[in-house]
Amino acid sequence: MILSILIAGVAVGSIYAMIGICYNVMYSTSKVLSFTSGQLGMLGAVFGAWLIGDLQWPIWIGFPAAMLVGVVFSMITEFIAVRPVLKNLDQHLYVLSTLALALMVQTAAAIWWGTEPRPFPTLVGLSPAGLAEKYWLPVLVCVLTMVSVDLFYRKTLWGRAFTAISEDADAALALGIPERRMRVISYVLAGFVGALAGFAGGQLLFAFFAIGALLTFYGFIPIAIGGIGSNRGALVGGLTVGILQQIANYVVGGVFVGVVTFALFIIVLVLMPQGLFGSTVARRV
Amino acid sequence: MTALSNVEIPPQATPWRLATRLAPAAAALAAAGLLPGVVDNYWMQIAALACIYWVLIAGLNLIVGYAGQLAIGFVGLLAIGAYTAAILCEKLGVPALAALVVAGCSGAFFGFLIGLPSLRLKNFYFAMTTLGFATIVTQIALGWGSLTGGGIGLPGPVFPPPFDTPLGFYYLALAMAVLATYVLRNIAISNFGRGLVAVRDADVAAEAMGVPVVRLKLVTFTFSGGLAGLAGALYAARQTYITPDAFTFDLSVMFFIAVLIGGRGRIVGPMVATAVLTLLPEIAAPLVAWSSFAYGLLLLLVVLLLPGGMAEYIDRIFKKRTVAARITSPKVAAIAGVIARPDAGPASPVRVKGVALAFGGVRALDGVDLRVEPGTIHGLIGPNGSGKTTLLNVISGYYAPNDGTIRLGEEDMAGLPVQSRSRLGIARTFQTPRVLGNLSVLDNAMLGAYSHFESSFPLTALGLPRTRREDHAIRERALQALTAVGLAHCAQSRADQLQHTEQRFLEIARCLVMQPQILLLDEPAAGLAADEIDNLASLITKLSTLGVGVLLIEHHTDLVFQISHHVTVLNLGKVLASGTPAEVRSNKEVIHAYLGT
Repeated sequence: MILSILIAGVAVGSIYAMIGICYNVMYSTSKVLSFTSGQLGMLGAVFGAWLIGDLQWPIWIGFPAAMLVGVVFSMITEFIAVRPVLKNLDQHLYVLSTLALALMVQTAAAIWWGTEPRPFPTLVGLSPAGLAEKYWLPVLVCVLTMVSVDLFYRKTLWGRAFTAISEDADAALALGIPERRMRVISYVLAGFVGALAGFAGGQLLFAFFAIGALLTFYGFIPIAIGGIGSNRGALVGGLTVGILQQIANYVVGGVFVGVVTFALFIIVLVLMPQGLFGSTVARRV
Repeated sequence: MTALSNVEIPPQATPWRLATRLAPAAAALAAAGLLPGVVDNYWMQIAALACIYWVLIAGLNLIVGYAGQLAIGFVGLLAIGAYTAAILCEKLGVPALAALVVAGCSGAFFGFLIGLPSLRLKNFYFAMTTLGFATIVTQIALGWGSLTGGGIGLPGPVFPPPFDTPLGFYYLALAMAVLATYVLRNIAISNFGRGLVAVRDADVAAEAMGVPVVRLKLVTFTFSGGLAGLAGALYAARQTYITPDAFTFDLSVMFFIAVLIGGRGRIVGPMVATAVLTLLPEIAAPLVAWSSFAYGLLLLLVVLLLPGGMAEYIDRIFKKRTVAARITSPKVAAIAGVIARPDAGPASPVRVKGVALAFGGVRALDGVDLRVEPGTIHGLIGPNGSGKTTLLNVISGYYAPNDGTIRLGEEDMAGLPVQSRSRLGIARTFQTPRVLGNLSVLDNAMLGAYSHFESSFPLTALGLPRTRREDHAIRERALQALTAVGLAHCAQSRADQLQHTEQRFLEIARCLVMQPQILLLDEPAAGLAADEIDNLASLITKLSTLGVGVLLIEHHTDLVFQISHHVTVLNLGKVLASGTPAEVRSNKEVIHAYLGT
């Protein structure tokens, strides 16, 4: 019992953590938290199911194609919902513009794909030690993503440029870092990570239009717990949320899982607004 | 009042003026009242729905439009109001009108609850909490079947005659909408409206003006929640049967768009937008599956093209944008009428003793002593980074010192928040003027008297004559303050049309309206022309002769030495020298610190 709770919790938590990373990557170069983060996961799941399941494309074409959908939508987000409002970042219009875009893509998906959850095809078909693919795949992909993103940030020029922009955008600009191009690249990366989260978690969450909003919320809580900008925090937070939800599912029943998660979210935010690994508050006066 | 002879005072409310001002509202009301004579029952129910939505949106307008809080989950409050009324009527047999009242109260309570996180969380974080709130309300409604009927739902309350016909119900909804509009307007044009805009546009300055940000936010959330709860009960009656599906997130987005399209901080705009958005699905019925998409698109377009809403767009076309005449000569004599507090005793000195403050490893202040006597000007100079502004922030309460005390008279200020200090008579200006660009110059000045208003939020909402008298008195005081600094001729202009230097003088006027004991000026002469500096000097001097203590931070040392009674020099967080201007001027260390020789 406890083992099955843990397994399911870790698997779902890994998906949340990846959405958390997706939030972080966008935030690093633009200081924007985007409501479209979870919708990227939805696109990954829906297009994965459509291309590989319905159209019977081989995985090696279907997977990159599904990722491409996420990447393109993320670039559209940057171009339509982020870039025009960055000029007055202090008005926080990005909250509304990204919300609007998220609502549009969700409605479009609901109309085109239907409002019923549909199964996601099995990709590898291996169940080592009786562990179903839908449980180990998200965890494996999440670990790989964590490691790659970490290496990317620490070892590559682009990754370091992201860090530079996130620490001080003006100084980065003065150093000759092409801020706008870096922002687009970071949204491409975020689109990939977000769609990957949905693709890897498709078998667990199903290809369903509503998982977008779900992931937007449940993927943000890890960030709130771990602190914005910290991918390690996103992992810790994601696993916490995932396991807690499975426990709640077992103890109080499915309908109230959202209530428990929301309570956790509020408690964490009110008690420690900066999260576990977050940085300190900015100067006000 | 003779000093004001050349100033246009807002006209008194004569019956004729009152009639012309109320004419549009009366016409709209008459049209709404006569509507049932023109349309059939179906359209009357649509009109009732628009009225119900407006009851909620009127409250939401205060939160989103005025206070600038991104509360995107108000549908949760609508659901709470609806379920409260439905459960009371269905399960407990409570009369519908009583259930309506209780629904308003439960809405108010939950409004208070969603207001709590707004005290610490901003923007995306807060938006997320309200979104989460809306989600769990519907989840609970779905899950707690024994109470809410789960997915099957509950019948809505049925109102007694004469409200049980479509016609009667429409008039009930209309009456509630009119009431909501009336209270919204009363709050919007009041002190509280200005305070909310200050929370939105300049929260730091709001505290310095004595706006109790925490309390004001919570009161407003409670009030809006109450309106949303009332709207919910009416909504449940209008739907006749409610299920969790009736409270989709789309509805929340629609409410939000209505406020945004209509214009933040407006009344008529959001009202028109509500009517249009309610009608839209009726006209475009075949596209109903795409309604969420349309709302999203609409939201995106508003944010990108019309961030100020339609109202501001129309304003821009019809209202002249520039102020005709620029700053005139100030009439410093008018200050006497502004800052005279009939009830006040002798002013108290501010005493700073051994104040130390470190940011990480940097010792910004390192044992500073300083005393500002009433009726004197105390100059505070020092090189960049010497800790002048930090000291000012410590005195006004933005930073808590690590060590040392600050007293106003005998009162120890330790632990007092900014707004309490401002209420005790500590006023300040900011290095970069923090004015409310959307409000008129006069409203900005009136904000200074925030804590002088005695009417409570509910009394103000009712629009009692006492509140208006109070408002009128403060308005006159603010006009005099504007006269004193030379801005009276543009009292009705928007503050963001003022030049930077004029905004500095506006900040000073705002402080005068506070009737302060101590005025802290942070580089008031920065960017001023020579004649403006002269004006500033005579203003400050006049203030000190009237008994106000002035702490003047300035880089224009000429000005400081010319008008100060006492000068303190800071360097690297420590007092380098202190004494009369003549003593300080000849101090070797001061010369060394400034000239580096």
